[in-house]
Amino acid sequence: MNQLIRYIGRKTIALMRELGRIGWFLIHALTTMVRSPGNPVYVLKQLEFIGAKSLFVIFLTAGFTGMVLGLQGYYTLTKFGSEGMLGTAVALSLVRELGPVLTALMVTGRAGSAITAEIGIMRISEQIDALETMALDPFKYLISPKLIAAMIALPLLCAIFDVVGIYGGWLVGVKLLGVNPGAYFYEMEKSVVWRDVYSGFIKSFSFGVIIAWIGCYKGYFAGHGAEGVSRATTESVVLTSVLILVWDYFLTSVLL
Amino acid sequence: MIRLQGVHKSFGDQVVLDGLDITIPAGQITAVIGPSGEGKSVMLKHMIGLLQPDSGAVEVEGESITAASRARLNSIREKFGMLFQNAALFDSMNVFDNVAFPLREKTRLSKEEIRNRVMSALEDVGLKNVEHKYTDQLSGGMKKRVALARALLLNPKIILFDEPTTGLDPIIKKAIHQLIRDTHAKFGFTAVIVSHEIPDIFEVAQHVAMLYKGKILQYGTTDEILHSEHPVVRQFISGSLDGPIQMI
Repeated sequence: MNQLIRYIGRKTIALMRELGRIGWFLIHALTTMVRSPGNPVYVLKQLEFIGAKSLFVIFLTAGFTGMVLGLQGYYTLTKFGSEGMLGTAVALSLVRELGPVLTALMVTGRAGSAITAEIGIMRISEQIDALETMALDPFKYLISPKLIAAMIALPLLCAIFDVVGIYGGWLVGVKLLGVNPGAYFYEMEKSVVWRDVYSGFIKSFSFGVIIAWIGCYKGYFAGHGAEGVSRATTESVVLTSVLILVWDYFLTSVLL
Repeated sequence: MIRLQGVHKSFGDQVVLDGLDITIPAGQITAVIGPSGEGKSVMLKHMIGLLQPDSGAVEVEGESITAASRARLNSIREKFGMLFQNAALFDSMNVFDNVAFPLREKTRLSKEEIRNRVMSALEDVGLKNVEHKYTDQLSGGMKKRVALARALLLNPKIILFDEPTTGLDPIIKKAIHQLIRDTHAKFGFTAVIVSHEIPDIFEVAQHVAMLYKGKILQYGTTDEILHSEHPVVRQFISGSLDGPIQMI
C-alpha cells in the first residue's frame, strides 16, 4: 500500500513538474518574442518553412475535404430537398471548423515534427549549449522566429484551405451532381457572416501558437541520442494534435 | 581565476560531483584528467553556468555564477569561449557563417570587417578554402579547428576545452595541441582542458588536476603530477590495469 502511495506521489510530482515546465516555456517564449523578436531574416526563413512549404499538402487536403463535404452534404440535403443549401453547409463546416483544425493537424505533421527534430538534434549535439556559451539567448534565435512564423502562417494557410475546400465542394456539388451554381454561392454568401470567418482565424492563430510551443518545447528538452529525439518527435505530434482538438472544443464553446 | 567550492551534483541517484574544490589560476593552462564518466565535462559546464550545482559555489573572477541573474550570467559568459567535445558547430550553416555568427550577433562590424576577421581566424587555425563547406563535409580535426576559430574570435579571457583531441589521429592531435599552445602564447587566455591525452597533455598544460570519484584527487604543476606517488594518479598516468582504479 505504501509503495502504491509512493508511486502515485512520484508520478503526480513528475506530472506537476512537467506541466510547470511547459507553462514556463510558453511564458518565456512569449516574453522573449515581445521583448526581442530577433532577426527578421530568421522569421522569414521560418515562414517559408512552416507556411510556403506546407502549401502543397494544404491544397491537396483542402481540395479532397471540400469534395467529400460536397458528396456527404448533397446526400444529406437531398433527403430534405434542400440541396440548394450545399454551398452554405460546405462553407460553414470549412470556415468554422474543418479549415482551422485540419490545417493545424497537417502543419503539425509536416512542420511541427520537423521543428522538434531540428531543435532536438541541436540539443543533443550541444549546439544550444554553444549558443548559451556565446551569451546568446536560444529563445531569441530558435524559438521566437518559429513562434512568430507559426502565428502568421496558420491563419493564412487556413484561409487558403477554406477557399480551396469551397471550390472542392463546388466541383462535386455543382459540376458532378448538378446543384445550381447560383444557389451554391448565393446561399453561401447569405449565410456565412464575418464572425464565422474571424472565429476560424482566431482558432488558427492559437493553433499556430500550440504547434510552435509544443514542437519547440519537446525538442528543447529532448532526451539523449537519436532515440531521445525520435521519442520527442512522436510525443510532440501526439500532444500537439490532442491539444489542438481539446483547445478547439473550448474555443468553439466561447466563440459560438 | 575560476573557483569551484564544495560543488555537489547528482543526476537522479548518480552522484557525479561530490564536494569538488578547485581553483583555476588566471592566464595559465590547466588540464583536468581522470577516468571516463567521472564528471570532467560536468565540471566544465558548471564553470560556464550551463549546469547549476545542487550545492556549493562557482566563482569566475570573484563573481558568483550560482547567484547570478540570467542577464548577469550572460555578461559573465562574455568572458568565455568554449570548445565542445563534438565541436557543436551549427549544422545548418557553412564554415564561414559558423565563425561569423558571434560577430554578427554581438558586434556592429561591417560585412567587410567581419569577412576579414573570419578569414584571419580560419587562417590562424590553419584552415584555407573551407569557408563555403558545410560541417558534414569536414573531417573531425577540421571541425575542431573551426570551433576553435569561433571560440577565439571574440578574444575571450577564458577558454574551456572539452576533450579537444578525442577521436583524432596522432598528427592532428599534435597539431591541435600546438595550436592551443601557440594561441595561448599569443592571446594569454586562461585555459581549462579536459583531456585523456596522456602524456601529450603534459606538454601543453602548466597545471594538472586529477578528478576521481567526484573530487579533485590531486592538483599541482605538470611535474608534480607526473612524479606523483599517489597510487590512483600513478595508475591512471601509466595506463595500467592493475591498481586501485578498477574499470572492468
